[in-house]
Amino acid sequence: MASHYEAPIRKPLVVGDKGYHDVTVDIAAPVEGRANKHWWIVFSIALVAFLWGVGCIIYTVSTGIGTWGLNKTVNWAWDITNFVWWVGIGHAGTLISAVLLLFRQKWRMAINRSAEAMTIFSVIQAGLFPIIHMGRPWLAYWVLPIPNQFGSLWVNFNSPLLWDVFAISTYLSVSLVFWWTGLLPDFAMLRDRAILPFQKKIYSLLSFGWSGRAKDWQRFEEVSLVLAGLATPLVLSVHTIVSFDFATSVIPGWHTTIFPPYFVAGAIFSGFAMVNTLLIIMRKVCHLEAYITIQHIELMNIVIMITGSIVGCAYITELFIAWYSGVEYEQYAFLNRATGPYAWAYWAMMTCNVFSPQFMWFKKLRTSIMFSFFISIVVNIGMWFERFVIIVTSLHRDYLPSSWTMFSPTFVDIGIFIGTIGFFFVLFLLYSRTFPVIAQAEVKSILKSSGEKYKTLRDAGKPLYEISGKAAVVNEVVEEEPRADSEEKVSSLLDTIGVFDAENETADDLKLVKGIGPQMEKTLNQIGIFTFAQVSKMTEKEYDLLDSITESFPGRAQRDDWAGQAKKLNSKK
Amino acid sequence: MASKVLHAYYNDDDVLMHAVKKVKAAKHHIEEVYCPFPVHGLDKAMGLAPTRLAITSFLYGCVGLTVAITMMNFIMIEDWPQDIGGKPSFSYLENMPAFVPIMFELTVFFAAHLMVITFYMRSRLWPFKKAENPDVRTTDDHFVMEFELHGNEDELKTLLADTGAVEINIVDKNSH
Repeated sequence: MASHYEAPIRKPLVVGDKGYHDVTVDIAAPVEGRANKHWWIVFSIALVAFLWGVGCIIYTVSTGIGTWGLNKTVNWAWDITNFVWWVGIGHAGTLISAVLLLFRQKWRMAINRSAEAMTIFSVIQAGLFPIIHMGRPWLAYWVLPIPNQFGSLWVNFNSPLLWDVFAISTYLSVSLVFWWTGLLPDFAMLRDRAILPFQKKIYSLLSFGWSGRAKDWQRFEEVSLVLAGLATPLVLSVHTIVSFDFATSVIPGWHTTIFPPYFVAGAIFSGFAMVNTLLIIMRKVCHLEAYITIQHIELMNIVIMITGSIVGCAYITELFIAWYSGVEYEQYAFLNRATGPYAWAYWAMMTCNVFSPQFMWFKKLRTSIMFSFFISIVVNIGMWFERFVIIVTSLHRDYLPSSWTMFSPTFVDIGIFIGTIGFFFVLFLLYSRTFPVIAQAEVKSILKSSGEKYKTLRDAGKPLYEISGKAAVVNEVVEEEPRADSEEKVSSLLDTIGVFDAENETADDLKLVKGIGPQMEKTLNQIGIFTFAQVSKMTEKEYDLLDSITESFPGRAQRDDWAGQAKKLNSKK
Repeated sequence: MASKVLHAYYNDDDVLMHAVKKVKAAKHHIEEVYCPFPVHGLDKAMGLAPTRLAITSFLYGCVGLTVAITMMNFIMIEDWPQDIGGKPSFSYLENMPAFVPIMFELTVFFAAHLMVITFYMRSRLWPFKKAENPDVRTTDDHFVMEFELHGNEDELKTLLADTGAVEINIVDKNSH
């Protein structure tokens, strides 16, 4: 069909001989399988780091912000550096799912779910810092414009810090809703594959009863498109507003009009680097190489290269404008950055953010997985230094040379930062074992246009589908006598689960077992199954026998765990 | 109320689309189609009305903008006007530039969340809601076309078998 056409020059986004069912199986596999040793090791390390961070946070809150390395000159340091770093990382997810959706980039479909998860988890880390920094986090609700007992005391809507509160909470909640809406059909897929009743229950709850009607899909697509349209300016606004925290101040080095676009480009840059870091590991661990291909990594590397170059231009523009402005304080701020006592941080930032992405001009390097992973780590480090340089070097030598000083973090500063990294990985690792990590419904919708299987068929001039006339199996699920030839099976089934004794026992209401309807109850009664006790003795072998006798709903008894349910019902009797 | 319905199973979206067109041409009413992923053009082929969720989103956005303006006008201008940085808060219009970020954020907040809530309500999606897809395969790789039966069983069966259905079931359905 014409709608599935794609230019033959485009490389397949799903490699291998994958049909619709294969996609389901591959994406459900990490959730249905068991965690391996590596997962437990990494999870334990992350958990320890997280707990260490929790300890440092408790110490900070109970003792005071004095436990940090701040002094009266450098009164903002690691806290706000970490805050901006995490918010920046949180930009790639929504960018991938929203902006790339608007541009109809099909490659987003393999990575958007995890990128959005990363966004949500990293914005949670970011949000922690302002709350801890308040000193009295239980009063955090004071940032909301709510009537209070202090007369007409309101929040200040002229303050960029308050804009931040609104921007970040809108961003977090809208990203969460965007993510969850996309997850519904995929949770439904896991729900319908679940065998154990507990998992079935959890995924039923999470999938909100998604049934996949044509109308639901129509609305789903419209909602996704509108949310993408809303999230695109939203994602740009968030880091713009974060940059206002600095740009609206009068500190030399902060008071720059270039900050909004420069921060947004930097955020996308660091976000894509983190996506690369996470997905290069995930594709290996979860065996998703067929979906997250080298091409995906290459495209992300190109985004990193472009945004890295934009950031480089911004750095150089800043230097030029500082000189061109003729303001000597401004000139000194930048001279001090590049040549002062924090020059090592400045040049670390320059090397990591401006020079290292330039390697991605070479095809050989940007299609190398090891090299991409290495660069992604380098960029993550570089972007942390960017924020450190902007914040600390602008503050440490202020207008009064007698108060010039340096900043050194205490173990609490370091502990909280490491704690947030631990928390982030705890969340991400739990996610990777319980959530469908690839938007499988979306991947299925592009399989015919971009899957290797169908591309090969199209190139060979073969049809992508065939209408097999008259091959249909017609089943009528109406009252049907069990067939005579199944008599033998019936007796062997009753041998194992026991015969119903109509004189001493009473028949149970089998309909109480989930999965047994009035029709099925009748069929079971015809076979000779009347009580919960009988059903509870059924094992896999008996289920198979039952299926072959009734010839309806194969596998259903197993999926709904009739035996387990019947055991419970029997004990309640 | 229990009614008899016919479920025709397909395992390919293109075959399904052809079938839908053929069934519509034969003037049968398709009660529902359950799909594992969005099939483009299916809603049009089935004759579903376009969704108005985007319009509701626009209206919710207008509400959000109004809320933001009303709130900040009351708080910053009427209730307790302050002189911040030599810029006294006497008129909303003159102080508006500082309020733009929050006007924007609240517009997006209302438009996004209320639209999604509307979607969940209209499509009957919420926690503890029971799924209504007739077969577990419809979230995997099968498509199910549902018809209500009013004595047109045989006619439908022959028609559907011709369209490449892989399975045809007749079941009792309890309408909710």
